[in-house]
Amino acid sequence: MLRLLQIEFIKLWNNRASKVLILSYFILMVLIAGISMIKVDFGPLKFHIADVGIFNFPYIWHFNTFMAAFLKLFLAIVIVSMIANEYSNKTIKQNLIDGLSKKELILSKFLTIGVFSLASTVFIFLISLILGLIYSDFNEVSIIFSDLEYLLAYFVKLIGFFSFCFFVGVLVKRSAFALGFLFIWFIGAEIIPYTYLASKYSKEVADSVSRFFPFGSMWSTITEPFSRLNVIKSAAQQVGEDISRDYSVQPLQLLIVLCWTTIFIYLSYVLLKKRDL
Amino acid sequence: MEKILTVKNLTKKFGYLTAVKNLSFTIEKGNVYGILGPNGSGKSTTLGIVLNVVNKTSGDFSWFDGSINTHQALKKVGAIIERPNFYPYMTAVQNLKLVCKIKEVSEDKIEEKLALVGLLDRKNSKFKTYSLGMKQRLAIASALLNDPEILILDEPTNGLDPQGIHQIREIIKIIAAQGTTILLASHLLDEVEKVCSHVVILRKGEKLYSGRVDEMIASYGFFELKAEDNEALLSFLKLNPNFSSLEEENGIITANLKTELSATELNKELFNSGIILSHLVKRKESLEEQFLELTKNESN
Repeated sequence: MLRLLQIEFIKLWNNRASKVLILSYFILMVLIAGISMIKVDFGPLKFHIADVGIFNFPYIWHFNTFMAAFLKLFLAIVIVSMIANEYSNKTIKQNLIDGLSKKELILSKFLTIGVFSLASTVFIFLISLILGLIYSDFNEVSIIFSDLEYLLAYFVKLIGFFSFCFFVGVLVKRSAFALGFLFIWFIGAEIIPYTYLASKYSKEVADSVSRFFPFGSMWSTITEPFSRLNVIKSAAQQVGEDISRDYSVQPLQLLIVLCWTTIFIYLSYVLLKKRDL
Repeated sequence: MEKILTVKNLTKKFGYLTAVKNLSFTIEKGNVYGILGPNGSGKSTTLGIVLNVVNKTSGDFSWFDGSINTHQALKKVGAIIERPNFYPYMTAVQNLKLVCKIKEVSEDKIEEKLALVGLLDRKNSKFKTYSLGMKQRLAIASALLNDPEILILDEPTNGLDPQGIHQIREIIKIIAAQGTTILLASHLLDEVEKVCSHVVILRKGEKLYSGRVDEMIASYGFFELKAEDNEALLSFLKLNPNFSSLEEENGIITANLKTELSATELNKELFNSGIILSHLVKRKESLEEQFLELTKNESN
């Protein structure tokens, strides 16, 4: 297993584009911490982001995992080109001839996806922990380490997303087309049906359908955290709206994403096996 | 003889096109094999199948008498197919290190193999800066990293300039001299003739011949003769039962043998009959002539 990871690491780390993207991904994550520095000072309007309460334990786990998940787009490029380049350089053929089995090839890519997801999760855990320790109003150990399921959800979300990217990379074999395909899928197969359902029936119906789609299921793992903030809540109450909802991580939702992950990796393997190179 | 590769009734269809038809042959240790055939005769497809990158339609093949599965076997094989495929953004050494990881062999031999193919001074240059000849030589170095039981080369000189072709052939000769089994696919007959002891000839996916190069067609060779008096020579040869057919071209008579006859013997007989030769050569058909002969027979 270590050997497969090393193989993939050599390929990625010697590629300047991949290296830059990976590094900027982790740097951008650190920059999330920079949000805490934002202080708005407009005469009468004074406020410090850190004072709104987004860095309070355990809310910070929810907020940071939700926000950091957007950065996964950077790694998506790396994942897609990691497989598409193998096709365009024909190195996939040479790897197989050199004695890597098709199973090992898929496994080495999937392990890399796993490592990226795990590293991101550990990273966001550390950043949130530090930010929380600095700014949180509550510092009891039991509160700090509550609601950690958001980290699990974040991990599953990333794994699912990267597996999807990887599968499309195998399917399309060209990075640019694969990214285009993902975008078109996102708009055509998820956003448009969602808005159609939402307008024809209701948002609830649309939600209950979209949670079974690839992107929809990943999106539904972590609910948006904004309406959970006290500031927003009280503002909503003032205009007579009650926006309290279930913010917890649902195991069923994680299961759906893991199902998609399995399907994507398995289909990638089937494709690789069936195709002549 | 230890069998390295056995191919049995292998068939590959691409849609309605049959690229390889019911092909069987065996590769034994220590020989240098050539797979000959015009473009599109199924050479690369056959190699692709045994190298696990093309799926067979039917039939079977086994490496090392079936003692290990294909992907384990490939770690004991060195192969380059068509164009050299490496990561363009990595240097020669980085690329070879990766191959070592895949083949699970130590990295000690990288320098040695780079020296063998004459790339040691460019070892830290990126692959994309290499010329085609250098890329091809790097591919050979890479294929040799595990000191393979068999080296498979598919059109190794394709697209190279004369100097590059010469370099590659010299390297192949060195490797063959070390006792490595080689399987060389090519459509260049003289290339195969120069290095191979055994040959498999394919046409349109079918095997026409497999065996030793010198036993390819039952032939005793032929004489090229010229004398002051060609008329007398011709009439002598016509009466001689050793010859099957005679041709005259540009004053040189080609006499095909149907039994064994040495040049000394013929010369003596002719001299005794008062015919003095100015030109006497005994030759066997070149591989090219044999190949054309063979493919001609089949097409009739």
